[in-house]
Amino acid sequence: MINCTDAVQRLWDYVEKDLDSQEQASMEDHLALCRRCCGEVEFAEEIRDLMKEASKPRIPDEVSERLSEYLDDLEGSAS
Amino acid sequence: MSVSEDRSFSAVAREQLPWLYSLARRVADQRAEDVVQNCLLKAHQSFDSLRDHEAAPAWFRQILINCARDLHRKDLRRVDESPLDETADYTLYRRIADEDPFPYSESVHLDFLHSFSEDDVWNVLDRLPPKYRIPLVLVHMEGLAVKEVSRMLAVAENTVLSWLHRGRKRFQEEMWDYAEERDLLREQEGARR
Repeated sequence: MINCTDAVQRLWDYVEKDLDSQEQASMEDHLALCRRCCGEVEFAEEIRDLMKEASKPRIPDEVSERLSEYLDDLEGSAS
Repeated sequence: MSVSEDRSFSAVAREQLPWLYSLARRVADQRAEDVVQNCLLKAHQSFDSLRDHEAAPAWFRQILINCARDLHRKDLRRVDESPLDETADYTLYRRIADEDPFPYSESVHLDFLHSFSEDDVWNVLDRLPPKYRIPLVLVHMEGLAVKEVSRMLAVAENTVLSWLHRGRKRFQEEMWDYAEERDLLREQEGARR
């Protein structure tokens, strides 16, 4: 049976489903008995979702225009 | 047949610009525009090697990451400050439970996370050194596998795993510091009363 320190070290691998079947089973045995580590898992999942949802910064119009002009220059210099 | 025989470079590249900039903003922060420009220059020089239009996003992404890697070469080569085991025990979850910033709440951990806007998440991410930020972005925001990230960054998979481990920890430490500095905890508490 693993302890809380081991469980915390494997936390993200568990959340990302990167543990092998034996590690996965020992993690689940621990989680069945440890409320705090269950909270850790749920919290890690929330942080992962927070990063995922904040993943789309938009290109400002002026940057888009400058990069479009740069593309035209590149194309122009090649022809 | 090369894509260049069928379509102009600018037509193909223009389609990729919005998300290329979006990715560059995350891996190269304030130098995003320079990195995209450099990426476009390099892509233009080797456009003949792009064989399949469907492969264009992955092709541009690799070139952009190469440019970001060049930009951050020094940081990516720097040795990590402390052995991994010393950093293993910290979790933001425990810190929030110990410090209890919202004593009247029954969901203190979620309240803490909900106090962060998208911009706040960006600002926290920008505080991380590139070698921790780039793998976090590629794995957690772009949804790439560790194996693919290791290939893109030209480092061993174990190195990527170590950077991810440290990066997640640093991200959580910075979240707490940022929340304190920006008074997010007080704002949240004030809104509750």
